[in-house]
Amino acid sequence: MTIRLGGIILGLGLTAVLLLWSLAPGLFTLTSEGFPEKPDYYAFQEENIAPEGGFAFDGPLGTWDYAQLQRGYQVYKEVCSACHSLKYVAFRNLEQIGYTEDEVRAEAATWMVPGIDEKDGSVIERPGLPTDQFPSPYANDIEARAFNNNAIPPDLSLITKARKDGVHYVYSLMQGYNEPDPEDVAKSPNFETPPGLYFNEYFYNINIAMPPQLLDGIVSYSDGTEATTEQMSADVTAFLTWAGEPSLIKRKQTGWFVIGFLLFATILGFLSYKTVWATKKKKI
Amino acid sequence: MSFAWANQYEPKNDFTKWLDEKLPVPRLVYNAVGAGYPVPRNLNYMWNFGVLAGFFLVFQIITGVVLAMHYAANTEVAFGQIEHIMRNVNYGWLLKYAHANGASFFFVVIYMHIFRGLYYSSYKAPREMIWLLGVVIFLLMMATAFMGYVLPWGQMSFWGAKVITGLFGAIPFIGEPLQIWLVGGYAPNDSTLNRFFSLHFLMPFIIAGTVILHIWALHIPGSSNPTGVEVKQESDTVPFHPYYTAKDGWFLGLILIFFSAIVFFAPNALGHAENWIEANPLSTPALIVPEWYFYPFYAILRAFTGDLTIPFTGIVLIEAKLLGVIAMFGSILVWFFLPWLDKSPVRSGSYRPLFKKFFWFGLVPCMAGLFYLGGAKAEEPYIVLSQIFTAYYFLHFLVILPIISQIEVPKPLPFSITQAVLGSDDTPGGKSGGGDNPGEVVKPLPGGDTDGSLQPAE
Repeated sequence: MTIRLGGIILGLGLTAVLLLWSLAPGLFTLTSEGFPEKPDYYAFQEENIAPEGGFAFDGPLGTWDYAQLQRGYQVYKEVCSACHSLKYVAFRNLEQIGYTEDEVRAEAATWMVPGIDEKDGSVIERPGLPTDQFPSPYANDIEARAFNNNAIPPDLSLITKARKDGVHYVYSLMQGYNEPDPEDVAKSPNFETPPGLYFNEYFYNINIAMPPQLLDGIVSYSDGTEATTEQMSADVTAFLTWAGEPSLIKRKQTGWFVIGFLLFATILGFLSYKTVWATKKKKI
Repeated sequence: MSFAWANQYEPKNDFTKWLDEKLPVPRLVYNAVGAGYPVPRNLNYMWNFGVLAGFFLVFQIITGVVLAMHYAANTEVAFGQIEHIMRNVNYGWLLKYAHANGASFFFVVIYMHIFRGLYYSSYKAPREMIWLLGVVIFLLMMATAFMGYVLPWGQMSFWGAKVITGLFGAIPFIGEPLQIWLVGGYAPNDSTLNRFFSLHFLMPFIIAGTVILHIWALHIPGSSNPTGVEVKQESDTVPFHPYYTAKDGWFLGLILIFFSAIVFFAPNALGHAENWIEANPLSTPALIVPEWYFYPFYAILRAFTGDLTIPFTGIVLIEAKLLGVIAMFGSILVWFFLPWLDKSPVRSGSYRPLFKKFFWFGLVPCMAGLFYLGGAKAEEPYIVLSQIFTAYYFLHFLVILPIISQIEVPKPLPFSITQAVLGSDDTPGGKSGGGDNPGEVVKPLPGGDTDGSLQPAE
């Protein structure tokens, strides 16, 4: 009885504190001032887009499109890598996107990575080996800021996982450098893009420090594919998805095997359960 | 301890006879989860989650121990070590995703287990100790899961740790020094990561120990059942093995299919994208929220937005932050008092019309709301909604339950479990402890075991 009485008193007391000191002032503000206004840039934000037909790796039955991954690697190498590192990926990993061991060795040698001179121990740059990770374009964060209008270009190794709906986000962002919709401009007359920033309707606050990159024809694909902005966006997104999770396709394939086995085991388990209980469930 | 009709362990050969004399482990297992444990025959699928929770505890310990072989608790390298596991360790991606989603499934299973305990009042006498130990296990799980989430040293790891350890700073007088002592600095740092790793490794074994006590306490009165009527006779029970090993077995398979679907096809669906960014003390994420399984308690924490002041004087009695902390811990501590807050002699919610209404139309929507609001942005209308749901949460346990347990008229209970299953008692006059007229429905008497239930023999 004491516990119940104490509980009722405590419960009513706590609720009173919550309702009178927290809820009531909040409700008062809400009714007098209404819902807080969203910042200007909300009007401009667009939902992420996906390429027509989706990506080859989409869905439980997805596979890598190796030609696309290699095109995407070319875009990363020729465009993105000027500012963005890919530090968790090693050259040897490129074998997974269809290059041979020799091709990887040759490819790695085209990159300069930091090293130590074997004779005098001085810091030098040397051609990459398959075991090296992709090098960073900047010596440190301060240099990265200094070159990029005080914004650090993020590492791209995990970019498709480190953003909400990351795959479609990267794909959309590459194509988001459009003119603001005049209707939205009319709605938010105070909105402006500060100098040094660029309007991008998929970036979280609309103004991004990265200039437009994937302009039509900025790379010339070795397989003859036409390098449109859309094509390059899809290719580099596929490459970065692979870079973020090289085990993606193996994971999905393993999943089918595991679930298949579990289905089989569960059905057997269910049948034995039915058999074991047969005499106990019967109504007389 | 068990019912008089329980199967007795009989060693079959010389070796098991010898072992039974020296160290009767097979006998212990036989009596705990084997043919020697009589269990009510009418358990529904809600009773499967206890075994599943045990499975996920072992699963987390095994995957966790292997992950620890490849991890390094150092803020300089921890995030990179996770990538090393994901990319270079054989099937490391599987270990990592299985462990992270294993934690989620452990909580899913535990919430179902607690949900069953609340609806069927499994916390009532004579099972109070099982319930109390269960709440202790839940608290230990929360601490373990929280510290585990810090280990990848992503953005949400760091900022989550900062917010949660910051709660200790709300304690008057000793708060700030206590927080600095616990964290090992002013903000989460290398010392924090090291101690969290150490404790994250240790605590699952403390949980395992508490689970053994939980099961030990369970075997004294035996399992509860959906009617809430205690076991009276042999026909009310079946041996745990093979009846419930078969039932738990196939149900485990079913849960593992769902688990595999998440692990292999959507391993990041239950996490936050932010945690794939390395921790950066200089960059605060737009929205700091814990893992989904903490959402209800996080919603309660954030519901208290106003300081408790003396009106018109501006004197602050208790700061809003401290109120939130008290309420958050209180929301779980209140479970410790449930066996005494709810005095209805009827256990099962199925026979309690008033309780049932408040349970399905009060507590369940309230918890669903808190689950949603804990992950929402700290802006209107979410704040006002979380305040209303938090108020209901405390009113439900502290005010509504004690009152309805006093005024409610329960529905008539079946005479026995056997009768509930078969429609009539199949052993009239035999081993029944219930008199000559087993078909008659016995109304519950307030105050306990006068309904003829047997106490298991020691």
